[in-house]
Amino acid sequence: MIPGPFSYHRPATLAEAVNLLSTLGDEARPLAGGHSLVPMMKLRLASPEHLVDLHGVAGLKGIQRRGDKIVIGAMTTQHELLASDDIGKSLPILHETALLIADPQVRYRGTIGGNVANGDPGNDMPALMMVLSASYRLEGKSGAREVAANEFYQGAYFTALEPGELLTSISIPLPAAGHGYAYEKLKRKVGDYATAAAAVVLTMAGGKVATCKIGLTNLSETPLLAEDAAKAVIGTSLDPATLKQAAAAAEAIMSPAADARGPVEYRKHIGGIMVTRALQRAAGRAG
Amino acid sequence: MNDMTPTREQREAKLEGMGCKRKRVEDIRFTQGKGNYVDDLKLPGMLHGDFVRSPHAHARVKKIDDTEALKVPGVLAVITAETLKTVNLAWMPTLAGDVQMVLADGKVLFQNQEVAFVVATDRYAADDGINKVIVEYEPLPVVIDPFKAMDADAPVLREDLAGKTSGAHGPRKHHNHVFEWTVGDKDLTDAAFRKADVTIKEMLSYHRTHPSPLETCQCVCSFDKIKGELSIWGTFQAPHVIRTVVALISKIPEHKIHVISPDIGGGFGNKVGAYPGYICAAVASIVTGKPVKWVEDRIENLTATSFARDYHMTTEIAATREGRVTGLRVHVLADHGAFDACADPSKWPAGFFNIVTGSYDFPTAHLSVDGIYTNKAPGGVAYRCSFRVTEAAYCIERAMDILAQKLGMDPAELRLKNFIRAEQFPYHSALGWEYDSGDYHTAMRKMMETVDYAGLRKEQALLRAAFKRGETREIMGLGVSFFTEIVGAGPSKNCDILGIAMFDSCEIRMHPTGAGIARVGSKSQGQGHETTWAQIIATEIGIPADDIMVEEGNTDTAPYGLGTYGSRSTPVAGAAIAMAARKIRAKAQMIAAYKLEVHEDDIEWDIDGFRVKGLPEKTMSMKDICWAAYNSVPPGMEPGLEAVSYYDPPNMTYPFGAYICVMNIDVDTGVYKVRRFYALDDCGTRINPMIIEGQVHGGLTEAFAIAMGQEIRYDDEGNVVTGSFMDFFMPTAVETPHWETDFTVTPSPHHPIGAKGVGESPNVGGVPAFSNAVNDAFSFLGSTHIQMPHDYWRNWKAAKDLGVFA
Ligand SMILES: Cc1cc2nc3c(=O)[nH]c(=O)nc-3n(C[C@H](O)[C@H](O)[C@H](O)COP(=O)(O)OP(=O)(O)OC[C@H]3O[C@@H](n4cnc5c(N)ncnc54)[C@H](O)[C@@H]3O)c2cc1C
Repeated sequence: MIPGPFSYHRPATLAEAVNLLSTLGDEARPLAGGHSLVPMMKLRLASPEHLVDLHGVAGLKGIQRRGDKIVIGAMTTQHELLASDDIGKSLPILHETALLIADPQVRYRGTIGGNVANGDPGNDMPALMMVLSASYRLEGKSGAREVAANEFYQGAYFTALEPGELLTSISIPLPAAGHGYAYEKLKRKVGDYATAAAAVVLTMAGGKVATCKIGLTNLSETPLLAEDAAKAVIGTSLDPATLKQAAAAAEAIMSPAADARGPVEYRKHIGGIMVTRALQRAAGRAG
Repeated sequence: MNDMTPTREQREAKLEGMGCKRKRVEDIRFTQGKGNYVDDLKLPGMLHGDFVRSPHAHARVKKIDDTEALKVPGVLAVITAETLKTVNLAWMPTLAGDVQMVLADGKVLFQNQEVAFVVATDRYAADDGINKVIVEYEPLPVVIDPFKAMDADAPVLREDLAGKTSGAHGPRKHHNHVFEWTVGDKDLTDAAFRKADVTIKEMLSYHRTHPSPLETCQCVCSFDKIKGELSIWGTFQAPHVIRTVVALISKIPEHKIHVISPDIGGGFGNKVGAYPGYICAAVASIVTGKPVKWVEDRIENLTATSFARDYHMTTEIAATREGRVTGLRVHVLADHGAFDACADPSKWPAGFFNIVTGSYDFPTAHLSVDGIYTNKAPGGVAYRCSFRVTEAAYCIERAMDILAQKLGMDPAELRLKNFIRAEQFPYHSALGWEYDSGDYHTAMRKMMETVDYAGLRKEQALLRAAFKRGETREIMGLGVSFFTEIVGAGPSKNCDILGIAMFDSCEIRMHPTGAGIARVGSKSQGQGHETTWAQIIATEIGIPADDIMVEEGNTDTAPYGLGTYGSRSTPVAGAAIAMAARKIRAKAQMIAAYKLEVHEDDIEWDIDGFRVKGLPEKTMSMKDICWAAYNSVPPGMEPGLEAVSYYDPPNMTYPFGAYICVMNIDVDTGVYKVRRFYALDDCGTRINPMIIEGQVHGGLTEAFAIAMGQEIRYDDEGNVVTGSFMDFFMPTAVETPHWETDFTVTPSPHHPIGAKGVGESPNVGGVPAFSNAVNDAFSFLGSTHIQMPHDYWRNWKAAKDLGVFA
């Protein structure tokens, strides 16, 4: 559990960081909270020759409201999300999800940027970002671009990030007033990644589901939007038959790996239950 | 007397002796980060060693190429079996009478087996070196399933044993067989089964797990070429035994070997054995002339140093229709991994598993154990239990529940019906033990009343009915466990390690001003010996516990002891401490009589000194006697106040307890909730109730972990799939249930202070309580036994297999 040799860089500006990453090429990796990257380095599953620490880079931290969006700097920690009243009030599902990530020690260091940029299917934020229709700002040598969370994830640890690019912030459109939400996660213990988890944001009108989005964590190589499952509940009052149908539709797109959390069949079954429970809890919260 | 004179109660309280909830003195340094652990040790010029390990579970080692590794800056040497052969150390003896490769000699037999030892100027360089050693393997077929190890065509694992038809414990039946051990009367038992109204038979598996102490195994070896002396600082639970073993295999004279166990961060059996890391660090130090440190990381600890359990127990009980047990038959398939490196007393290849008749009056029983080799890590240590006692307690406690189910009887009632009665002690069990004392009925009834057992059963019946009507998806289980432990190894007549009797020892030296030092042959790993040992002495000689310093772990200063494991410290070392203290008091009595100018028989002990019988104001305190011992002893007496005691216990001690676990399980997810856990322990005389409570909390937490998910699991290729704390269940405070503790007191009749061990009881008794709760929850759906561990997915699978989702 000793990492290979690497050199450490601590740029002060975004331009410097981007410059370092593009000149050092493939052998360089940005370092945020280090709580995904450093464990992989200790196991020598990752052996970057250069670490570009983003902690000294000005302007990568903070939570701001811009019109009908909330913009979160990539280096904002999970702890800072939890401490923010604004997040608590306008994006309560983000608060609920952050609280289910690891433990306080990890949350003090781990950043939202690192969590969404990492590309590990076990990370909880990516599926939520898809449900919230968030987009990521990516900045590189050739300028900045916005990529929808929905289009960012390509495979386990493969994302739309180009070499030399940094994810600098996340924009999240404010969900409708009175929306219902829930993040349901089954894990074996504090500090564990999800056996299965589901994020739901919905609105209700006249006792029926008006809009709904469902996201799935750790049930495939990438986070998933369960679109058929969401469609199945629109216009219903989430009666038992509909819930069953939604769970089945969600299970149909899951392809988790068997691991110590359980065999494939179990993890899919739990995925279905997380969807059902998240839908019920979200509906109960909708105004 | 004026009002300044302390009352008897005040004098007593000042001692903080036995029965006092004295705060742990060692915590002052532990809670401030000022402990002194092996890895804190930094010697000038110290080198670091680390292992190249095998990715394969079974393979021939064709070639080891260290060329590139030796080019890594800082790497000084790469040691292989070939190097070790030059000093005759490629293999080492195990505590169980087998031999074990120190470094892969021609082949590897388990994943992460030590293949080469890289020595470098720092730990980073050592690791970089490891990654540059190129080993060429030729994979061989793997044996992981213990039930297939003795198939006729099973691959031969131990080629070094070819042609050996007997081992350290008798004949071998197969090339992967280690030993067979049988106890009890087979004919009588067979007859009991023939006559029985009711019998049960079930294969009860106790899965492979690991003690996983917070601090992993580690050492620093330093060989002084000039003096010819070897110093070893290590995480040793039994430092003196390590010294003797090193002397035997290295031929360095024993007085020139200094073994020091500094503070230890938990052991739980993992730190009893001798590991390749110790040998390699010692050889590296002898070769380089520099101190060499070896520190295991977490993955290495979980996958290579001693595991626990892996016992597969086919269990049968014969009984009458009315529920009286008449016979017990157990066959164990014991998976020892690649080498038999169990840490048991030498004559006990399956430890004290023959305590398997438990707390019940079985007229006859028969036990046989087959030890086998597989492609898994060696070990088989007692993870917070006396040797194989956890396995035995699980076996009998699960089997009693299965019998109750078959008889349609309540499991608590079945136990009450079959307990050994208080008047039967000392009780001779069918498998050869003499239980010293016990009062099982009282303990069991106290448990049942405290938790309202009858009320819980009513609640369960209502919930079951609701479940059947489809109104709930939760089921409820009551896990009853009544265990009898056998601890305090042990009497020289039946216990030794490598020929050394399992006594323990204490040396007390009182200083002139009334303070003193006690050196003990045991070795605390967190149990709080510095606190409790001083309390025993305080009560025995009337000196405040705060004025007694306790020292352990340095073989140069401590008297020879067999170390701490198997809950033996209080039963054996604790007795030696009391006996040494009594020798001090006996000499003190002579001094006091002389100073008080009366005959020795005319004075009597009174809390913290002696008083003249009938003249209570004529006293001499122990503190004053200490001073007198250095200047005015009676004519003909040697000055000073010291004593040594080596204690060979006449018998084991037999702690017992009544536990119950109340659990609900959500059948849809398999998620469980421990609603209540009540643990009543009887460990005889209670030295420090607070420490006992802490020990019980810790042991129950381990029991919870083991029963509910903690497992070393291998896939079919022999890869460990639970090799880190991500997958090896180590509960945090969040998952850990709330513990309710209680007690009864049945002192041991043969122990000087009546104490029995307690540290391991909660692990022993806890595991069956959890497992019985899960099994009890599912029983109304038609199941008789579900194997541990009971993690979420397995609970869901149990529900599914019982047709809950049909
Ligand atoms: C014990 C433990 C339990 C955990 N449990 C959970 C859990 O339940 N759920 C969960 O979601 N997470 C969990 N985590 C992971 C944790 O949330 C990490 O902090 C997070 O995944 C990564 O954030 P980081 O800031 O630590 O990133 P780092 O580890 O520093 O980086 C992660 C990856 O992202 C890249 N990166 C980081 N920032 C940027 C950026 N701005 N632009 C481009 N690339 C970037 C890095 O180069 C690296 O490849 C756990 C971690 C631990 C140690």
